[in-house]
Amino acid sequence: MKRELTCIGCPMGCRLTAEFNGTEVTEVTGNGCAVGARYAREELTNPKRMVTALVRVVGMERPLSVKTEAPIEKRLVFDCLAALGAVAVAPPVRIGDVILENVLGTGVNVVATEDIGG
Amino acid sequence: MNMKTKRVDLLIIGGGPAGLAAACAAREAGVTNLLILEREDALGGILRQCIHNGFGLHTFQEELTGPEYAARYIARVQELGIPYECGAMVISLSPERRAVYVSRTEGIVAVEAGAVILAMGCRERPRGALGTPGWRCAGIFTAGTAQKLVNLEGRMPGKRVVILGSGDIGLIMARRMTFSGAKVLACVEIMPYSSGLKRNIVQCLDDYGIPLLFNHTVVDIHGRERLTGVTIAEVDGKKRPIPGTEQEIACDTLLLSVGLIPENELSAMAGVALSPATGGPVVDETLATNVPGIFSCGNVLHVHDLVDFVSAEAARAGEMAARFLSGEKTAGERIPLIAGNGVSALVPEVLSKRPEADVTFMFRPRAVYRNARIAVFRGGKQLAVKRARILAPGEMAEITVKQDAFCESEGELTVSVEEVGA
Repeated sequence: MKRELTCIGCPMGCRLTAEFNGTEVTEVTGNGCAVGARYAREELTNPKRMVTALVRVVGMERPLSVKTEAPIEKRLVFDCLAALGAVAVAPPVRIGDVILENVLGTGVNVVATEDIGG
Repeated sequence: MNMKTKRVDLLIIGGGPAGLAAACAAREAGVTNLLILEREDALGGILRQCIHNGFGLHTFQEELTGPEYAARYIARVQELGIPYECGAMVISLSPERRAVYVSRTEGIVAVEAGAVILAMGCRERPRGALGTPGWRCAGIFTAGTAQKLVNLEGRMPGKRVVILGSGDIGLIMARRMTFSGAKVLACVEIMPYSSGLKRNIVQCLDDYGIPLLFNHTVVDIHGRERLTGVTIAEVDGKKRPIPGTEQEIACDTLLLSVGLIPENELSAMAGVALSPATGGPVVDETLATNVPGIFSCGNVLHVHDLVDFVSAEAARAGEMAARFLSGEKTAGERIPLIAGNGVSALVPEVLSKRPEADVTFMFRPRAVYRNARIAVFRGGKQLAVKRARILAPGEMAEITVKQDAFCESEGELTVSVEEVGA
């Protein structure tokens, strides 16, 4: 099956066409360089995204910014956001504090990206 | 008037990424009596609300969020014992480097400074600058205002969103609004290309099926108390709406991501010459303005793509201010540069007669150029040349000229771009 995607490797933004059989990318065309081929393979076989989000802080109107320590599978992004929607942290919080351990069983922790309180 | 007066060697106006990096570099270069003034309640500037990742790959060789990037510099400022005041807004600056600021805790305070670094950053182009018709209804925000509301204040500006302009802040907010439960209906761009990064178009719009409509703009705004919808239309080559292409989109929120403007009211007060091309001060290769002892760096000088480049530029301003304070003679006569074919917003715009180091020129390409050649000429002689696979207005381009090349040439300096074919 042919899949169309835009390479994010550089501002060229090559329009890539990849032959993808559901598990493997067999051919990439349209790429100006090797970055495009690699991007198409990763993006089609195992797309991942960093998630940055906000969680509630007990006793404050302002939220706390957090991130996944590493990219997680793209299909889990909204589940991850939903899981974080159920979290409320109590200050003080320091950068790097684990806010949600092993989110959705990915092995990836969600950590604070700012200090709040204290 | 009898007001409290402070005397410092170096005053840094603005505690965002530029001010922080400038302060650290100046302190490391030996300036001990310095002061950062920041009008917000905390240091960090715009980084505080940029909670997405993608910052710091050049500076720290890792990908950080905005608050994390800022925290590293704030920690350094504290380590170095650099004094700063938050909630302190500078309201005037004189050519003699006398500033006046207001603060809730200190009242009105004058600062007499040996040198000043302008690091005030930029602000967003507002609705008023666009000439869009319609009532002044609620629901129209600049993308950065919405970002502040959502990320710092925990408020949602609306539920059904249209974004006008495809600058990076608008793209980032398309994803943030989606993450926060809103429906983003479209991103409308009047140009045939986006000024945003490809990565952001893919990961903030494409990932969530948000259409990006090129050659389109908002031609009407509906709603009296609260926005109820917008009419968009296709535009022709001269950016005029094409009759018959109008379509109405029901929405309660319109976010504007239509450009950034360096914030130079204080610079102008101090007699600093401003450039119509960048909106920022005219500086030479040492980041010195035309007013002796006043330097400028970061987004108040010219709008950058990456905070990493702001930090690097600001650190240089800090070093240059330190040199000025140590009594080094400043450049005398300065030569204006010519922004040639395809070059806009050239920085530096003037040059000392004898630069003391290699000089890197930064600019925005006027259009998209493929297989391009960037060149610096002086009096018919080519001082530097560089090939680029692609140049686009959304990405700052640069070219470096070796110091000795300046010594061996005379005449007018021009930076230009041309397409050379595959």
